[in-house]
Amino acid sequence: MSSRFPASLCALGLMACLAGCHREARQDWSKPRADAVPAASPDTIFPGNGRAAPVTTAAAFYEHNAHAIARGQQLFATMNCSGCHSHGGGGMGPALIDDKWVYGGRIDQIAASIMEGRPNGMPSWQGKLTDQQMWQLAAYVRSLSGQVPKDAVSARADELSNTPPQTQTEREPLRPADSAQQ
Amino acid sequence: MNRRAAICVLLAAPLANCGGVQTALGGEGAEGANFVRLFTVFMIVCAAMYLIITVGLIVALRRRKSALTLDDRRHHETSPVLRPALAIWTALVVTGLAALTVASFLTDRSNAAVARDSRLTLTVTANQWWWDVEYHSPDASRTVHTANEIHLPVGVPAEVILKSNDVIHSLWIPNLAGKQDLIPGRVTDLQLVPRKAGQYRGQCAEFCGIQHSLMALDVTVESKADFQRWYQAQLQPAPPPAGSLEVAGYGYFTTRECSSCHNIGGTPASGQIAPDLTHFASRRSIAAGTLPMTQANVARWLADPQAQKPGNHMPNIGLSPDQVRALTAYLGTLK
Repeated sequence: MSSRFPASLCALGLMACLAGCHREARQDWSKPRADAVPAASPDTIFPGNGRAAPVTTAAAFYEHNAHAIARGQQLFATMNCSGCHSHGGGGMGPALIDDKWVYGGRIDQIAASIMEGRPNGMPSWQGKLTDQQMWQLAAYVRSLSGQVPKDAVSARADELSNTPPQTQTEREPLRPADSAQQ
Repeated sequence: MNRRAAICVLLAAPLANCGGVQTALGGEGAEGANFVRLFTVFMIVCAAMYLIITVGLIVALRRRKSALTLDDRRHHETSPVLRPALAIWTALVVTGLAALTVASFLTDRSNAAVARDSRLTLTVTANQWWWDVEYHSPDASRTVHTANEIHLPVGVPAEVILKSNDVIHSLWIPNLAGKQDLIPGRVTDLQLVPRKAGQYRGQCAEFCGIQHSLMALDVTVESKADFQRWYQAQLQPAPPPAGSLEVAGYGYFTTRECSSCHNIGGTPASGQIAPDLTHFASRRSIAAGTLPMTQANVARWLADPQAQKPGNHMPNIGLSPDQVRALTAYLGTLK
């Protein structure tokens, strides 16, 4: 075997590492992105071909970014989301680790739910959190059901947990709540 | 010659920082004083030994050059000086090391006994990157909650209970005492017996993240009367806003993002995850020693906290200049 092979392999490996740079990019250091949380959109009915428009790049940034998800995890604890949703398992509020989404499970739909609040208990966080923080929270909520890339999620839960770490969470299909066998 | 002078100045420059608010050689606390004493003993013993060795080395080099030849082998065995000199040298080393060991032991014992009967208990909880401070009292209505500052009465032993909310930090107020780690999920403690009134500075001494260097603590050691006066003032709720600008700032603070995280006693703002701001304007600095407390700095901080202390957990809310002015005015009334 020629000695050139391991060298090129090393170079490839190093270049692959560069691809991970975006994973940790911290947008806090600059001005916050001007990406306002959108207003609520209907869950199952969309104009045109009936399919939802793709998630914007700004929104996609949050769910591919380890720092944003980790910040969301901190906010989830400090804003007492667990008071109703438990640590994702649900209680007074719906569970967040399963495949049922009453108001949609895309990151923009979750962010809209956080911003506007929902009937029967979910408060509106508009004006109480910045848009950036709501995006971070939504990214973390997505990670609870395994919707975000495994290399971006936190391997450690901050609370006592009897479920496997998020890096091993099974990805749940996105389904509106009314499509389940009820 | 000039170069030599420049080197001397360069070497002496760091010494200029040896005095003042943050120095381990101040000895203004019981433990700090013990440390300074031990340091002096070590300095004298080590300096003496260093001098003796240097003199011995110089003498040896000179003699070799002048007198000895290589084949003078019997010299070493017959020298009348060598044997006693070796004995004295060994005795000196043994005595010196023993003295240092005993001095260290006595200092350690003295430190352990520094505050057996503490009469003031406070909890310091470390967060990335600020200090939460709570003074305890058997009467719950007399507990005081503040942040990034501690006040201590002179001569009163204080027990500081140390906790952490996120990662390992270390509390170091060099003028008063040595370091003590704050470990998440565990409780550690530190005894402080301040002996001299003054303003000192504490600092996190365990790398804890991007803003580790801007995680300081203002320490004020004052007379018992002054401490009581401060404590009474801290027990009061925040004064109601008076002017229209202050009212606008109060309105924004209590209904918007600020109150999600910050608490101001006596108002609806009751967040518990960021520094308590009830008597914000009475402190010496903003954001754990990042900026001196001035109106201009408060405005600068509110306009963009990330520019002043990048990575800290306070987001840039995007306040308008009018909102910044109103909030600065209101926060300025929180004496």
